[in-house]
This record gives sequence, structure tokens and C-alpha cells, in this order.
Amino acid sequence: MSGTFVGMPAFPTAAREALGDTQLRRNLAHATHTIRDKRAAVVAEVEDWEDLRLAGAAVKEAALRDLATHLETLEESLTRAGATVHWARDAEEACAIVAEVARSHGVDEVVKVKSMATGEIGLNEALEAEGILAWETDLAELIVQLGDDLPSHILVPAIHRNRAEVREIFRRRMGDVGRPAPDDLTDEPAVLAGAAREHLREKFLRAKVAVSGANFAVADTGTLVVVESEGNGRMCLTLPEVLVSVVGIEKVVATWSDLDPMLRLLPRSSTGERMNPYTSTWSGVTPGDGPQEVHVVLLDNGRTRALADDVGRQALRCIRCSACLNVCPVYERVGGHAYGSVYPGPIGAILNPLLNGVADEQTASLPYASSLCGACFEVCPVRIDIPSVLVDQRAAVVDSHRGDRVPKAEAVAMKTAAWAFSDSRRLAWAEKASGLAGRVLGRFSRTTLPGGRTAAGRLPGPAAGWTGARDLPAPPTESFREWWDRTDGGRT
Amino acid sequence: MRVALQVTCVNDAMFPDTGKAVVRLLRRLGVEVDFPQAQTCCGQPMVNTGYLDEAVPVVRTFVDAFAGYDAIVTPSGSCAGSARHQHSIVADRSGDPALVAAVAETGPRTYELSEFLVDVLGVTDVGAYFPHRVTYHPTCHSLRMLGVGDRPTRLLEAVRGIELVDLPNATECCGFGGTFALKNADTSIAMGADKARHVRDTGAEVLVAGDNSCLMHVGGLLSRQRAGVRVMHLAEVLASTEENDA
Amino acid sequence: MSARDEILRRVRSALSGVSPAEDLPPAPRVPDRGDLVALFVERVEDYRAVVTRCAVADREAAVAEALAGASVVVPPGLDLDVPGSVVDDRLTADELDRIDAVVTRARVGIAETGTIVLDHQPDQGRRAISLVPDLHVCIVDVSQVVPDIPDAIALLDPARPTTWISGPSATSDIELDRVEGVHGPRKLHVVLVG
Repeated sequence: MSGTFVGMPAFPTAAREALGDTQLRRNLAHATHTIRDKRAAVVAEVEDWEDLRLAGAAVKEAALRDLATHLETLEESLTRAGATVHWARDAEEACAIVAEVARSHGVDEVVKVKSMATGEIGLNEALEAEGILAWETDLAELIVQLGDDLPSHILVPAIHRNRAEVREIFRRRMGDVGRPAPDDLTDEPAVLAGAAREHLREKFLRAKVAVSGANFAVADTGTLVVVESEGNGRMCLTLPEVLVSVVGIEKVVATWSDLDPMLRLLPRSSTGERMNPYTSTWSGVTPGDGPQEVHVVLLDNGRTRALADDVGRQALRCIRCSACLNVCPVYERVGGHAYGSVYPGPIGAILNPLLNGVADEQTASLPYASSLCGACFEVCPVRIDIPSVLVDQRAAVVDSHRGDRVPKAEAVAMKTAAWAFSDSRRLAWAEKASGLAGRVLGRFSRTTLPGGRTAAGRLPGPAAGWTGARDLPAPPTESFREWWDRTDGGRT
Repeated sequence: MRVALQVTCVNDAMFPDTGKAVVRLLRRLGVEVDFPQAQTCCGQPMVNTGYLDEAVPVVRTFVDAFAGYDAIVTPSGSCAGSARHQHSIVADRSGDPALVAAVAETGPRTYELSEFLVDVLGVTDVGAYFPHRVTYHPTCHSLRMLGVGDRPTRLLEAVRGIELVDLPNATECCGFGGTFALKNADTSIAMGADKARHVRDTGAEVLVAGDNSCLMHVGGLLSRQRAGVRVMHLAEVLASTEENDA
Repeated sequence: MSARDEILRRVRSALSGVSPAEDLPPAPRVPDRGDLVALFVERVEDYRAVVTRCAVADREAAVAEALAGASVVVPPGLDLDVPGSVVDDRLTADELDRIDAVVTRARVGIAETGTIVLDHQPDQGRRAISLVPDLHVCIVDVSQVVPDIPDAIALLDPARPTTWISGPSATSDIELDRVEGVHGPRKLHVVLVG
């Protein structure tokens, strides 16, 4: 019942559409600036934040570099603790495993904790095809699900909706799938959260099977960790008889004590709190407490592809905090849908091509959806150098087209520029031509820039992308190089 | 100390006054710079668009042109960042050990102008005079790739006659981003429009930054909006004196 | 090849030639913050939870005051007399939903973050009882308060389920505006003893 990203246009097209939506622009600017300020305040409280980031990066990097060993250890400890471990090469296998567990208990519904991995594999749609309804229980996921919408943020998937829109969705749709919204529903966030509590309560109390992801999986103890705020996670992890957790293989940390830097880094980076309201940890089955049948699905779905990439591997350290989205000037203006994936923003711009390759045009447009300003790297709690990976993925896109029989205009332009830049005499010649053009453009220009220089008017061709909204100074009649020659570096 | 000016391809072709200002400023401070004629571009346009193979000969031209200098000064945070952080990527890609060794020599000796003034020459008061209301935009690569910190504003604060006003949301990207400005023109313009609005809000006469490419973008928007705000490179402000007001 | 073997093969092949990581740098220790208990109280209250401090002899009165006559469930191993309470004996979720409050102990309190951690021993009960009722009264001894997260991790046994609680349930999902009270207990009352 929610939408799909399949068939999304490439980023520039989707972004143009999003930029035209003034309500969306307002919602995003408000939300991202609020969370940005909160994060900055709680991070500033931690004197050794940079050392903590180094420690967090090291924990994840160490786990990744010895991943096969840790996965085998994890499987062993989970099994010992009474869990059933499954392995899924791809989305289809993972969905089939979850569906089979649900079917074996004869249920036609499951409750779900917000999980990026299950969004990535399209689990809800797969279960629906099997006649099993998956109820999202996180407030933002519920808003997205009821609104037949798509998630647009990792932490707050309904960040693109404001309170009035949420009220409207609740009033219109809650009654179709369960307890309707009360008649006197206002658009106060506390009232809307209250309506979600009432609506979901009956689903929590009757659910037999729950599906979750995990923020961390501790190899040596077989412990899974879910970090959340609302208590919907605790409901799903505690009340049902059966629990299935879909866990990306990169979620592994080696030991229980490795959770230390991670749990100090994640809440401050994510919700901008010292600690999130609830964190649950569990190791397999606890007799007499919680689900007595526990399944863990270890998911690849492109992760080993990313793991093999020497530059891109670091993206697998990601703990899905979404700090990079919140500070990204591109994300702030276009929102998450333009990225065409459950993983939007700067991390999505590297994670999607790393997981899936750059063969399709939409994914290939993502590494370019950045001005490379570096704000993402600065806030990343596990120090993923997103700008460097973006550049490397751009190279992957370019390299994938090197065999094209008809090169793209951009490739021709870059080759020409490289040819000119490889020899200063060629460049000097080009600058003479540009100076000549400057004289011509200057003569026809009606615009003078502040400071007295003339501007080139609206230009045709590729330059139109520039001059459509921006004036461009006409090239000077004399390049620096020519000036230096003529005046002996200004000495004559 | 042998000091070379890496004027940058953008300044060479489009903003020669910035290069002249660096020469004048450094000469005033007692430093004679060379302009190695073999220089072209740092290779950043290719690298940042993903054309690493194409960048190899460009980076080779860079290291050949600047071999043997103690310091390479550039009026661009972005190009200094390229030499310090990206040349090694290109050299590794080339598989040529000589190029790998050469970029390891030139990279660390490349200084953005404010770094060279403050760290190498040890000056913050460069004897400039600029009686205007100015706001400063810290460009992303100077701020986050190089970490120039408050060096540019310390230099500006020491300028006589200047009225320096804070730019709201100063550290947010202006939206230029090299080929981003063309490949994602709509987003780039949306970012630039917000930057231009913040600039206008300061009431400044002049917007100053350490990268002309960013200024070309924001200045192009300000000009189209008839905002009456002039954009100027940091070097040109620092080169200004009573006798020679830019 | 099974999915398991195939994935492990892919992982090994992806990492062939990749050197294992060097020794981990230690995570930085928190600086001494002075009065831990005062910090704990301040940080718990920051989440809009209620904190009552009392002497050992006054525990029962403090709990009774926090409950204010609400119907209440207690874990079988609670070392405290709560008049009128129902002792949990595998109550169903529906039955728990009809009870207003729960009184439990905790395993550890974290000053830096204002967090209490339950490890669901008999004095805290199974996870469901401290989740479904709307008011959670949690008794913490001052001796249980530790400086920061690493201290708590060192004390906890990963074989047991643990629940880390920082204030009442909350959400920021609508316009990033934080509101307290969603699915978990909407009221958290910490009785700090000693």
C-alpha cells in the first residue's frame, strides 16, 4: 500500500520537480535546521567528540575487515542462544524467508519496527503479494504507509510532511485499516502522536509475528540491538510470539564492549539527544520473556559488492544516523524522494551505487548530486569520507562509459580540456581566443557588473545552464599569463 | 625561499586581477613570486567530474611546472585542496611511481593564500586599506578540505577602514560545486539564491571570498538580481592601499 | 552452493588482500563530572521524567506517592511492599493493558545520559510488564549510578535482555518537534534511594 521508487527519473529531473514545491521546501528547511541545531548542541557537550568518532570508525572498520570470521561467530552465538539463522543473498531470498516464517504460523499480518533493511528489500510489498499485511508502527513510517507515500529521510521518513498534512492523512486513512482517528483530531504533534498510540495499540496487542531490523549485531554474544524512541520497537520485540530480524551483514561489531563508542555516537548524531528514549538488546530466546521463536536473516543484497571496493568500503560503516542528510545543502532543498531510494542524501548518493552498481541512469546520477562541500564528512560519527567516495563513484560512472561507441558531450569536453591543460602553449592559445570572445561579448553586453566589469548576456548551448539565472563576467581581454609576459610580472 | 604563484586556470583566463593582486601583495611583503609559465590547471575539473585518466597528464603538467619550489601559493582554497588531497588519487591511478613521488613533493608545499600569509610569512596585518562594508563567505574547500579556520577573517580584521559584518549561515555551501553548477543547475541556483539572500541581508557593499569560482556563481546571481553588491577576491582586498584602492 | 556459503565466499573474496585492522584506539573516557547523582537527576529530569529522592526507610512511601492510587503490577522478585499490587504471573498483554502502572527496580543508572537500564532480573520482571502500563515507577539506588555508557556496558551481561530507558517514550517524527508519550510508558517516575 505504499509507493515504489521503481522508475524514478535521474536526480536532476527529480530535483527540479521537488524544488518547485514551496511547501516541501519550507517543511524541509524547518526540519533540517531544527535537527542540525539540536545535534550541534549535544555534540558540543562531548569534549572528546573527535576521539570518539575515531573510536567509532575503528570499531566498524575492524569488524568489516574481518567480516567472514565475525559472521561465522555471530551465527554460532545466535544459534547457541536459541535463534534460527538464515542467510539471504538478495532481496528476493530475504523476503521469501520472512514470508515463510509468517506463513508457517498462519498469520495474515505482522507488526514492524522501522528498519532500513526491510525498506531496501521491499519487504512490505513482497509480503502483501503473499496475502500478509505488514503494519508499520513507527510514527513516521505509519504516516508514509497511510499516505501511500515514499520515505524521504532515514530517521524521519515523513520529514517532508508538516503537521497539517499528517492530520489530514490520519483522518482520511486510519479508519480504513483499523481504529479511526478521533473526530476532534487537531494538528498538534502531541495529539497526532496520541492518535497513533490508540490506532496501533490493538495491532501490538494481537500481533503474533513481528519483523525488525537491528542497529548492531554483536558477534561474540549473538546480541542484536535496536535503538528507538517511541516504544513501538519494544512492543514488537517483546509482545509477539515470533520475531524475525533482517540484519545487513555490515551491522556486525565484534564484541559487546564495542557497543560503547557506537551508543555514545548514534543518539547525539541522529536525534540530537544524549540518549534515545529506548534501546533494546537481546540474545536469541530468553525463556519466559519475549518471543520464544527468534529468527535472524543475514542479508547481503549488494553489501559484498561494496565491501570489495577499496575506497567505497567505508560506506558500510554507516550506522544510519542521518546526520549527513540533515546538514546537506542539496538534501535540504530537494528532499529525499529525488534520490529515488530508501537511502537518500549524501550517504544514499554513495551507498546506492556501491550496492547496485552504476549501470542504470538513475543510480549513475546520484554521485553527482553533491557540490562536494564536505559538510557530511564533518558530521559523520564514523568518519565516512563521503566527498572522496562521491568522486570515486563519479569515476566509476565515467569508467563504465569508456567503451561507448559514441562518447557523451561531457566526455568530449573533458578530453578537450585535458588536452589543453596538458600543455601551457595550448592553454595560452585558448585564452587568446577567449580574450577575443571577451571583446566581442563585452561590446554587445548591456549588463555591467558591480565593480565596472561587463557581463556576457544569456549564452546559447551548455552555457545556458549557467546564464539562465546567473550573469557571467565577459572574459577579460588579456589573460594573467599575457599580462605577466607583457609587464615582466608587473615590474615594467 | 623560492615561491611560485599558481594562479589557477579560472583566474588566468577570467580573473587576472586576482593574480595581479597576489603579486602586488606579496611584493609589498617582500616576497618575489615566480610565475612558472608551464602551469595550466590543477586538474580538479576532471577529477571532480570523474575523469581520472584525463586528469593524469594535467597533474603531471602541474608537478613539472612547480618542481623545485619551496612554496606554491594559490589564491584558491579549492585548487590548494586539489593539490594537497586529490593529486595523490590521480597519481595512484596512473600507476607511475615517479608521479606518485612528485605529487608527494608538491602537495604539502601548496598553500592557499591566507595560509601562506599567516603560517609561512607570519603576518596578519598586511598593511591594507579598504574603506568598505564587507562580508566574508568561507568557501567549502578552504574551510573543510584545508581547514583554514579563521585565517582569512584575521587578515580582513586587520585591514584599515574595513567594516566587516558577519554573514548568516556563512559555512553553508554557495552551490557552485564545479560541474555541479551545470549538471544540477536548478539545485545549484537554489543554493546560490539563499546565499545571495543572506549576503543582501548583511547590507554589505562587497562580498569577499577566497575562491573566484564561488564568487562568479554568487556574484552572477547577485548581479542578475540587481543587488548592487560587488564580489571581490580576498587577495584584491588585501592588496588594496590608500594609493591603490581596488 | 548454499546462500550462507555463497555470502561467506563473496566476503572473503571481497577482502582478499585487505589487511586486518590494527589495534582499536581506546574510546575516550569521560572527564570527571563531579557529583554523579546530581548529574543523573538533572539529566533524567531533562527528559521530562519525574525524579523523587528519598531515604531507604521512605522508599515505600515515595513509591505510593508516585502511584497516587493507580492500579499496579510488580515483578515477582521486587524487594518492596506495594500495597494492592498484582504480582506478574504471565499476565497477557491485554491484561497488562488494563493496569495503570508498574513498579520495578533497575540494574544501573547512567549519569551522563540520564539513562536507567533494566536487565530484567526477578526484581525488574520480564520486558512486557515495564512496557505496557502507562506509568513506570523505577527504583534506583544511588550506588547504582555510574558515570557513562561504557561503565554500564561493563556491568551488564549481554546474555540477558536489556532495556535502556531515557525518559518517557517520545517522538520527533512530526516536524522534528519532540513530544513525549507514544507507545511506551508516557510517564516515567524515578525513585532515587539513598
